[in-house]
Amino acid sequence: MNSFEIIRAGINTTFQDYGRNNLYHIGIPFSGAMDKRNYILANSLLNNKIDNPVIEFAYQGPLIKYKGDKISFVITGDVIFKLIKNERAIEGNCYENYTIEDGDQIDIISTNKSVYGYLAISGVFDLKFQWGSCSINTKANIGSNNGKKLQNSQKIDILNINSNQTKKKLNYINTKIERIRVIKGTNFDYFSDEGKKIFFDKDFTVSKLSDRMGMRLEGPTIKNIGDTNIRSEGLIKGTIQIPADGNPIIMLSDHGTIGGYPKFGVVISADYDKLVQLSPGSKIKFQEIKLSDAETLFKLYEMETQNLISQLK
Amino acid sequence: MIKNISNLGDAALYCNFGEEVNKETNSNVIKYFKNLKEKQIEGIINLTPSYNKLIISFDLRKTNFKLIKSLVENLDINQTYQEDSKKIKIPVCCDESFSLDIERLEEKLSLKRDKIYENFFDKEYFCYMTGFIAGMPFCGDLDKTMRADRLETPRVKVPKGSVGLTEQFANIYTFESPGGWNIIGNTPIKIFDNSKDINPNLVSPGDTIIFNQISFEDYKNYNE
Repeated sequence: MNSFEIIRAGINTTFQDYGRNNLYHIGIPFSGAMDKRNYILANSLLNNKIDNPVIEFAYQGPLIKYKGDKISFVITGDVIFKLIKNERAIEGNCYENYTIEDGDQIDIISTNKSVYGYLAISGVFDLKFQWGSCSINTKANIGSNNGKKLQNSQKIDILNINSNQTKKKLNYINTKIERIRVIKGTNFDYFSDEGKKIFFDKDFTVSKLSDRMGMRLEGPTIKNIGDTNIRSEGLIKGTIQIPADGNPIIMLSDHGTIGGYPKFGVVISADYDKLVQLSPGSKIKFQEIKLSDAETLFKLYEMETQNLISQLK
Repeated sequence: MIKNISNLGDAALYCNFGEEVNKETNSNVIKYFKNLKEKQIEGIINLTPSYNKLIISFDLRKTNFKLIKSLVENLDINQTYQEDSKKIKIPVCCDESFSLDIERLEEKLSLKRDKIYENFFDKEYFCYMTGFIAGMPFCGDLDKTMRADRLETPRVKVPKGSVGLTEQFANIYTFESPGGWNIIGNTPIKIFDNSKDINPNLVSPGDTIIFNQISFEDYKNYNE
């Protein structure tokens, strides 16, 4: 049997895939890989099925010992990692696949000025799926691994390995985004003109209190002149809620499905992958755009991803 | 029936059924929700009904706001959908160890606890929506004498199974979670069972629920 032994689990290491659909109405969010482009690229670099489960890590990643027959792996994101073969450590590059053999170790030291990274293998982790997805939601204990993040000294079996990978490399750099683009929300008019101006003019800082559920922002406060509560109603990922204290909170992939704070805006789909990679302390600026522009930008973003994938074929 | 449709971001439709929250408005929300759910329309990936809104999330790679909007506007809503609303009895124990906010309720409602229990139990409540956390049912309406505000400072941890009241609504904490509702008791039954592939939630929007008071003995000996 081929397996990964988790020597050090890292800060928030989980299994993720595309996530699960059609369960919002009972309170279960999408989950899934936070940065979908890097998730897709990880599988593409190994000729995997595009929805193959991967290991997602945040900040410090896991230290893993491999047992079994020859297998390939790849790491995507902006990640510092080492490959240890016969006690010799080699610096690894993201977007390049490597072969490992029995006893080799992968040491994912940290993400670099970003949050999430992905580890994919040329095999299939032996995981339990829940409602069509292995994605772990640690707050609701849903998904594979009993809905919990990976633990030290845990063993994960690997099935259907492919030992004959061709070397693949992609020249790709995760560019930082100047401004996160936002479409006006359904309660935009609850906020003062001054507040709206501040939101699109000033810098905000990503707070330490950010995780897979949400990103909290610090900085200038946005004054509400309407009502600071609304009737509880549905949320979607990317929604910017502003509670009474005036500090925006952006809903991310594991968010609660219902909320009662006014919706100031929604981050456009094309910018979501870049948004989630902003680490605590990062500055963030917003720009208002129209729906039609957001739709065009998403098409372009998708085309860019497809172009990257086709370079690997 | 839908008063207004707008976009929520670039990948969701926001349908407003009217500002007043009552069973009729909510029944319309649920009618649309069930109709769309049954049709399994390509590109629609999530439906979130609430008191008076329905949010329809879609996959922007497959469709867009304009297409889904026109589809919803032309939906034949009179078409009958499978009527599967249930009536569910939920046992609740009000032992002091569970009834965390009974003193606060007595004070806020100016009612003795026996009267509070009398006004709350053995009445039919309508489930408006489920969510926030997995399977949590938002039910109403409470008797007019029973409407209290949320706690000023929410609890960091509300125990699993807690039954809470706020304004005209009652809900059940399906697992331990932060929360600010007034806790009146605790139910021994599983409201959300994540070992079930199909229907992990006991209560669905449109269902009727009735809370029954049970003793601490019955609570301890409760077998599902």
